[in-house]
Amino acid sequence: MQFWIIQGLNSLSLGGLLFLLSSGFSLIFGLMRLANLTHGAFFMLGTYLAATALRSIDGLNIWVTALGAGATVGAIGGLFERLVLTRLKSNPLGQVLVTLGMSFIISDACLTIWGGDSIPVPTPQNLQAPTRLFGFVFPTYRLVLVGLAIVAAILLYFLLERTRLGAKIRAGVDDRQMARAVGIPVSNLFTIVFCLGAGIAGAAGVLGGPILSAYPGLDADMLPLALIVVILGGIGSLLGAFVGSFIIGFIYTFGTALFPELAYIILFLPMIIVIAFRPQGLFGRVGA
Amino acid sequence: MKWIGAALLGGSLLLPPFLAGDFYINLASQILIAAIFALSLNLLVGFGGMTSLGHASYLGVAAYISALLTSRYGFGHGTAALIAISGTIAMAAFFGVIALRASGLGFLMITLALSQVLWGLAYRMSNVTNGDNGITGLTRPAPFGISLDNPVAFYWFSLIMATVAFLMMMIFVSSAFGSSLKGARDQPRRMAALGFNPWLIRWITFIYAGFWGGVSGLLYVYYHKYIHPSSLSITSSAEALLGVIAGGSGALGGPAVGAALVLLLKNYASAYIERWNMLLGLVFLFIVLVMPAGIVPGFSRLIAGRRGAQR
Repeated sequence: MQFWIIQGLNSLSLGGLLFLLSSGFSLIFGLMRLANLTHGAFFMLGTYLAATALRSIDGLNIWVTALGAGATVGAIGGLFERLVLTRLKSNPLGQVLVTLGMSFIISDACLTIWGGDSIPVPTPQNLQAPTRLFGFVFPTYRLVLVGLAIVAAILLYFLLERTRLGAKIRAGVDDRQMARAVGIPVSNLFTIVFCLGAGIAGAAGVLGGPILSAYPGLDADMLPLALIVVILGGIGSLLGAFVGSFIIGFIYTFGTALFPELAYIILFLPMIIVIAFRPQGLFGRVGA
Repeated sequence: MKWIGAALLGGSLLLPPFLAGDFYINLASQILIAAIFALSLNLLVGFGGMTSLGHASYLGVAAYISALLTSRYGFGHGTAALIAISGTIAMAAFFGVIALRASGLGFLMITLALSQVLWGLAYRMSNVTNGDNGITGLTRPAPFGISLDNPVAFYWFSLIMATVAFLMMMIFVSSAFGSSLKGARDQPRRMAALGFNPWLIRWITFIYAGFWGGVSGLLYVYYHKYIHPSSLSITSSAEALLGVIAGGSGALGGPAVGAALVLLLKNYASAYIERWNMLLGLVFLFIVLVMPAGIVPGFSRLIAGRRGAQR
């Protein structure tokens, strides 16, 4: 019983991380029609920044680190969008290739700076003691992580559904040309959304650090998970990213625990089933 | 003029064994293998309008099947090659059914996700694939009793395979079916109205491209006598795609030139720097921003422009 409960919690915390990663990806895709293949690298960059910051600065809090790394990665993303992606507006294939090139550059730079060994990210001290609930023992940090993902989901929901900026973004997602025609500066929205998406990915990398630790290839491990979540949940849908993340979180965690060698094949299955019956994904409105 | 150029280029491929040392002959063999791989990807990218970021799947899976069958289960090279190619075709047929549910960026994301899953599998299923250590101690086949262990013999073998591949793909795209493929790329709805089935056309092309990807995978594993999960990685797919785009996806021979340039760059650069991936990324940015149509169309436009000026 303890096994199932713990693995269930692990699934939820991985699902939470995946939501933070894939919500930004999905938002960027929905608005810009751009598959941002740098997303895994942004996540990894966040993890490495956290590893260095938390080890070298005493008493630094992981939440502050997450905000700082999120801001840094978001700024890098914004610069990249302004300097490179805007030049390729009429060339969607070129944009994807450029994000791929950028992901190679970032991951290789990380390898140069931080070396090939994996670097653990310390769990916050006040969250190291396990929590006892209903006679079961839970790692506290993972519980907090699940809570954070839910808070982030609610905040993003309010940002998109209840604010003026969110209304503009939704207008841009639904009909970019009409949004331009009524005077919404869609190009500025692109930059904002790209910064936001990259920043959330960077912050997610920090928060995932204590669970995953920083290692070369983390980006290549996370990117396909984000892709599968988004394909499953529906591209451009926040709800889809949320539901898809937890489905993949469960399948991946239990798959790895029960059939370690087949976990990757099991990941296929939900994707294939969904694509066969609903090519636009569970909650997708936008056709890919 | 165009034919003279092609003949000169073709003729120059016969020279390396007589002029160059083993190092350059081996490099030339690698270029031929990369060229077959890039040409097969270009069937999808250039002629089908389907940008795949998972083409390494076919190279890697064919190579792994052949490596496993010959080294672990005692199969002969002929049988192993047949099984490897049939397996790759079956996989391409299956992946095609999944990936062709989407088009454009959705297609790209699905092909990428599928190939990343295979890459993860090759790493994690270490009792089958030997994981990060790769499979070593492989042999080269000896067709008709001729050993291919000598670089010159292997070069001739690769050249014959590359020529066959090039001709077969040329026939494929210039046939009536090739025209319907271009039709399905540019005007799928009109093609459907004319009674064609765009989905079926794309699916057949997907399988055909997977087949040639598998052939290049066999040559790859014969050449290296070693296989590692990195041959399935996104870097491997991306190198081929860079070759296609750098060479120009519109021209049939362009991707072969592009693949040669990528391979030369990789070999040349790795002698001086360790950071191949960084350079690959920078070249990606450069090509897309500066030469979006590719190097071969860029140069042929330059030459055409100069000739026009002389007149």
